[in-house]
Amino acid sequence: RDSQQAETERLSRWKKWRRTSSKSLKKAVSEVKGWSSYLVLWQRDIHSIEGKFGTGIQSYFSFLRFLVLLNFIIFTFMFSFVTLPIIISKNGMFNSTIAYISPKNIEDNCTIYEPTGNKGLVYFYTYLKDLFSGTGFLEVTSLFYGYYTVDAVWISVMRYNLPLAYLLATFAYLALSFLWIVKRSVEGFMQNLVHDADPFQSYCNKVFAGWDFCITDPNAARLKHRSLQYELQTDLQEEKLKQKIAERTMKEKLRIYSLRIFINIIVLAILSGCFYSIYRVTVFSQENSNVSIRNDTRTDSANLLVQYLPSMVITLANFIGPQIFSFLIRFEDYTPAFEIKLTLMRCVFIRLANIGVLMFSLWSQISDCGADKCKPCGYNYKLYPCWESDVGQEMYKLMIFDFIVILAVPLFLDFPKKLLVTHCSCKLIQLFGQQEFRISDNVLEIIYGQTICWIGTFFSPLLPVIATIKYFIIFYVKKIILIHTCKPATRPIRASGSNFFFLVVLLIGLLLAFIPLGVSIAHIPSSKACGPFRNFNTSWEVIPDTILEFPTVVQQILFSMASEAFAVPFFMIICIVMFYFIALARAHKRVVEQLREQLV
Amino acid sequence: AYKRFSELLPREERESAFSARVPKSHILTLPELRANPFQERICHVFSTSETGDDSMSFEDFLDMLSVFSDSATSDIKSHYAFRIFDFDDDGTLDRKDLEQLVNCLTGQGEESRLSSAEMEQLIQNILEESDIDKDGTINLSEFQHVVSRSPDFARCGGLQR
Repeated sequence: RDSQQAETERLSRWKKWRRTSSKSLKKAVSEVKGWSSYLVLWQRDIHSIEGKFGTGIQSYFSFLRFLVLLNFIIFTFMFSFVTLPIIISKNGMFNSTIAYISPKNIEDNCTIYEPTGNKGLVYFYTYLKDLFSGTGFLEVTSLFYGYYTVDAVWISVMRYNLPLAYLLATFAYLALSFLWIVKRSVEGFMQNLVHDADPFQSYCNKVFAGWDFCITDPNAARLKHRSLQYELQTDLQEEKLKQKIAERTMKEKLRIYSLRIFINIIVLAILSGCFYSIYRVTVFSQENSNVSIRNDTRTDSANLLVQYLPSMVITLANFIGPQIFSFLIRFEDYTPAFEIKLTLMRCVFIRLANIGVLMFSLWSQISDCGADKCKPCGYNYKLYPCWESDVGQEMYKLMIFDFIVILAVPLFLDFPKKLLVTHCSCKLIQLFGQQEFRISDNVLEIIYGQTICWIGTFFSPLLPVIATIKYFIIFYVKKIILIHTCKPATRPIRASGSNFFFLVVLLIGLLLAFIPLGVSIAHIPSSKACGPFRNFNTSWEVIPDTILEFPTVVQQILFSMASEAFAVPFFMIICIVMFYFIALARAHKRVVEQLREQLV
Repeated sequence: AYKRFSELLPREERESAFSARVPKSHILTLPELRANPFQERICHVFSTSETGDDSMSFEDFLDMLSVFSDSATSDIKSHYAFRIFDFDDDGTLDRKDLEQLVNCLTGQGEESRLSSAEMEQLIQNILEESDIDKDGTINLSEFQHVVSRSPDFARCGGLQR
């Protein structure tokens, strides 16, 4: 310090001023950075959770925050491009009018659609029932597809093509979700790659660089100690297990492989049982709710139960399935890390496939064309005059039921268990003990909800705002459960690996959501009685029609891009680029190995 | 930083903080060091006191903060980390040092230590990975080599201040 002071005296005034100003600038920048962390949503909450419970659980809450933001942006998309023009024009603001083009070449039967908007005197509980099942007064609001029975909106002198906007907004939100998730997962993937690429250094890394010097809280320090101890012990155990596996005899191998095949067959049997029951329940629920609507016996309160039957069965299957899987996997004798991965894969599969089966059973009802039921219109028009609204209602019911379950389970299960454990010192109760926060189950829950939101937004454009509010409330509920009923995990999980895994599963959910949407948009004929695609055969036809209105030059360019003369060379070039990168990666790996040999 | 240092001194010595030395017990009350299992070693390594009582002057305090800050190069950090991990101050990390290091990491208390078989296996693995000249100890250059390849060192070896 003395030498620095002596130096400062010798410098000229200009340099002194520069030095002091750069120091104060650095201070100001670090202050601003400190303040900006307050602006990020929930930054302080997540930080405190990280300090008390570790980075694994913190990654769950960051993931939840990411989903809230994603849903909010999807909602702004759909609202501003689809709902807002209609609201503007229906209220006549900005000199706007709506243009209804009369339906051409369509049989009159197809256009009959009379949703009862609960006009007149009804019992109050009908409103509640409608709120939960999406029928009645909700069916005619902008929540569902049926409201958007508009062909164009004239704002002053501009013509706003609503059907095109609806379809493009759908593609836009799917593309946005895809790109955002891929971008986030790439960062995690690179970290994972670096981590896995150096297995020969993992022990040194853990021991020399294991302690996080930023920890100031003694509780967090205890957590870190425990996590380090657990990590070192698991690694050592895995090494011993690998040695044991390598020393297995032929007879043991045969026994274990046949046991694994047998257990996989059991798992497949359970899955097909779930799928079949979901299919039957959906068919049953659709038949019974439709019959009662037509015979006008809507005062039956059991009707609500019937309508929620598919949601209940799906939730039950999602709950029982994972328990059975984690019970069965113990017999398969894998290494602990692989056990966890395989159980997670099976749970992911059952949750996402359940949604797929539900969609499939809905379609089979809608396109049920035996006995000439869909002759004039291409779909079962008597039972489903506006089938998109019906699908939207199913998605809405799924989402509401999921939300109710997430709120009810802690209220009726976790809190009483905690009260019992703390106040009753009976041995049997203490055996259950305080529960831990099971990250994977919770993550799969919210991914399931997000997949429903993605599929349902096409049929119900305001669904994302319900999802945003739902996840917002879930954040606080889970935080309260965590702080009051859970003890810190005895098996801490590393955050970087889990982040990447959550995003991969979310991506799988998104890709799965593409399939039902693709089939609904391109394959099933759109309803002729409601919705913006009345005058088209399928919803997809808006795009070819719009392209045909472009100038001829543009049309020719677009057609040539879609033809074989362009697609085949393009595909070949992409293959060549891919092979080049793979060869480059392999060469790099070989260089790294050679260097390693040289060092040791 | 000067403010933090003077807070550690007893009241009557505050005026002459530039030249005073703070005893080890006061240094250990700093929040960053309180929860750190290597607190004793850190004080010992950074202290320049001739009497060996591990007290720190303001210069020592600044040295410590600068090594732990984000702007220190990884060379400096690994050099000081080596000195901190070297429990018997003999210039190399041998088996006893590694054993003490691992025990510090897993926490105080009997139930948080690894069993001796696990400890043996762990130390064997560490030496396999980092001991290039196979002499059974890790010297400074081997340590720096290993640490430069580990992704976690740069992130966790710093205090956010």
